[in-house]
Amino acid sequence: MDMTQMIVNVSGLLLIVFVAWFFWGPKKGGYKATFTPSGYQEAEIIVKGGYTPHIVVVKKGKPVKFQFIRKEENSCSEMVVFPEFNKSAALTVGEKVTVEFLPKESGEYSFQCQMGMYRGKVVVQD
Amino acid sequence: MEGNKHISSTHNKNHHHDHHHHDHDHGHHHAHHQEKHSCHHESNTFSSSSIHSDTSHQTEEREKHEDDEQLYRKLMKKWWFAGILSVPIILVSYPDFFPIIRNLLPMGSSQLWFSRLLMAVVALIVMIYSGSQFFIGAWEGLKQRSANMHTLIVIGISAAWIYSVVALLWPDLFPDPSMAEVYYDVSTVVTALVVLGMAMEEKAKGKSSEAIKRLIGLQPKTARVLKEGVETEIPVSRIQIGDIVVVRPGEKIPVDGMILDGSSTVDESMLTGESLPVQKVQGDEVFGGTMNKTGSFTFQVTKSPDDTALSNIINMVKQAQGSRIPVQRIVDKVSAIFTPSVIILAIIGYLIWFNFGPSPSSMYALIVLVTTLIIACPCALGMATPMSLTTGIGKGAENGILIRSGEALQIAQKLTTIVLDKTGTITMGKPSLTDVIAVGSLKEKELIYFAATLEQGSEHPLAGAILEAAKEKNILLGKTENFEAIPGHGVQGWIDGHHVLFGNLKLMKKGNIATEAYIQHAERLADEGKTPMFLAVDGKPEGVISVADTVKQDSLEAITAMKNIGLEVIMVTGDNERTARAIAKKVGITNVISDVLPQNKAEIVRKLQADGKKVAMVGDGINDAPALTQADIGMAIGTGTDVAIEASDITLVKGSLKSVVQAIQISRATMRNVYQNLIGAFIYNALGIPIALGVLYPLTGSLLSPLVAAAAMAFSSVTVVANANRLKRFKPKEV
Repeated sequence: MDMTQMIVNVSGLLLIVFVAWFFWGPKKGGYKATFTPSGYQEAEIIVKGGYTPHIVVVKKGKPVKFQFIRKEENSCSEMVVFPEFNKSAALTVGEKVTVEFLPKESGEYSFQCQMGMYRGKVVVQD
Repeated sequence: MEGNKHISSTHNKNHHHDHHHHDHDHGHHHAHHQEKHSCHHESNTFSSSSIHSDTSHQTEEREKHEDDEQLYRKLMKKWWFAGILSVPIILVSYPDFFPIIRNLLPMGSSQLWFSRLLMAVVALIVMIYSGSQFFIGAWEGLKQRSANMHTLIVIGISAAWIYSVVALLWPDLFPDPSMAEVYYDVSTVVTALVVLGMAMEEKAKGKSSEAIKRLIGLQPKTARVLKEGVETEIPVSRIQIGDIVVVRPGEKIPVDGMILDGSSTVDESMLTGESLPVQKVQGDEVFGGTMNKTGSFTFQVTKSPDDTALSNIINMVKQAQGSRIPVQRIVDKVSAIFTPSVIILAIIGYLIWFNFGPSPSSMYALIVLVTTLIIACPCALGMATPMSLTTGIGKGAENGILIRSGEALQIAQKLTTIVLDKTGTITMGKPSLTDVIAVGSLKEKELIYFAATLEQGSEHPLAGAILEAAKEKNILLGKTENFEAIPGHGVQGWIDGHHVLFGNLKLMKKGNIATEAYIQHAERLADEGKTPMFLAVDGKPEGVISVADTVKQDSLEAITAMKNIGLEVIMVTGDNERTARAIAKKVGITNVISDVLPQNKAEIVRKLQADGKKVAMVGDGINDAPALTQADIGMAIGTGTDVAIEASDITLVKGSLKSVVQAIQISRATMRNVYQNLIGAFIYNALGIPIALGVLYPLTGSLLSPLVAAAAMAFSSVTVVANANRLKRFKPKEV
């Protein structure tokens, strides 16, 4: 095995490890929803190639209001679905669309586009 | 899932509440925002509560359509750009196929080198312009550490381009000069084909289903409102609760309300499926979207335009279309790991070919890497279910079948047993006159005349049936004197100087009427499940009139069809066995459970389920609620204006049992379509990826071209859309 081969093989293997870690590794962070005077926990989520923020932390038992703003035409993002809450909304480009729900149990719930390509997570804490 | 009730989705137009948001809006949407904006100012002079005035389905639909059109046109422009520029690049890339090119740009010449440099620039421009959405999509995904279709394409076309540039500028880096090949055609053609595929998909999808468009089309755009005695035409969105609306013959009723003045017949078939126009008088409810036929009237608005029965149906259908089929959970698991797995597989493929492949190995390795990335199509997998679901739910709505969720749609195809409530489901749910038998000297018409005249003052439910029959037969009623109702017996009185008795056998005996003439008829009618009543005039037996809850016209056909598609049909009823049997016989049901208390219906369903059966309960939604909930699928027979929609998994708006069969047909067709798509997408990837990795090389001696991979990828997602579209042409068979 010559030098070139060594370099290619080692970097290839490192790349595999990196890809696995990057996409499947533990993801930290999360946006904490802000409380409004009316008692809602609100978060504004930009929809463009994904959800930003894609992890939103909320408190249990308080109504949640997510405001989605779709900033792309890609048809992938035209729907947002909250499977556990049996909830969905059609997103119109450039407009705020509100989805409300009441998290009764703590845990992690997903929200995603209809095809499951864009994914986000609601972390409900006690 | 109690929490669900608290969830609601509303369109909150930011420009209404916080105007400063306008500044951040996208330029290309400025036009219609502006338009709505001005509309708002106007509406505010009318009212302060017009928050919903532009949240109507119509506005949403129009915006969606504009978005779609814009996206399609943009994609097509990108396709033409990439497609046209790909032609010279292909010509130069395959000089062996085009001798002229080979002669013009001989191997190793500086002309060839420069033309390749030009290709590099052109390919870059194509990737940047036509492929911009891939780069944006991939980048946005990477920011969140997620991979999608765009990621795969971007890595694929970039790898081909970078490799080619390196080969062009620094050929010395390659151990063998034959490895220093260029692949600009891969970058451009793949971009062109995938963009074309996306455009075709966009065109084929047509966003909202036809069903939604049709429902939205029912909503009139304007209404004539009485304001201080003046009729003013205003947009429906500005109607408020309490407004008084004027409706003329042949006009659509704009919103829900209650008639104040006037009367008419109204065609409500769009909401209830009832084909006969309904008589409406003062105090009756009218519904938005229905068609006024003959008369004029004014009505008071009782629901806001976004809360009408029609609006709620549209919302429900949309909500259901956006829900998920349980089978998608598996798809979700696959697609969550799919894209990174493909990247890893492509790298592994690269390394294997690089180390063990034939010479020039780095070239083979690159082709394997690019082809694998390009051929993998997570989109086909992702699109397989939502598209069919939308179409299936829409199909239901078109046929008066409101399916609440993807889950209901999936379960409906697996049903084995249909439990039918009797009253109101198999039968009309209200008594009507069935037999008039003369046993004395009077004719049938005279019998009805006496019975109906006498019953005019009665409030007994059976009286209504007789009065209706008289009306139908155009029998003018007379006057009753000394009318008396005898509880538990019947009624008596004097009509045109004759003493008339009408009631049960007890009444006849009490009036010393000879009952022999009645008996045989009475027995037979009771066996048929009818309620016989007897008429005596001046002490002589004259006739037997029976009323019964009659079987709906199409119940027999519908139940026969259920049996024909292999379903077990069971009838449950609170009635006595004799009546139950009589009805069951008429519609061909052998499995009858009678004398059932309403609360025990759920128990019956539970027992069937314990036997491993998938049970649908069909009822009218009020007293059957526990059984509807217990059943795997609760189907409520009822008009679209009923609360029953809330209680059931599937609402049969037309009130016909035929809809049960059609609902199952739609469910079966949809799920068949879903499985076709899923299996197709799965097989495509399961075959395509190994082929791209080169497993066929030992047999064929060649690798799959990345160009073919791109075409296959684009074709596979278009196929999924096309197959889902096939469902649009599905028509439930006439039962």
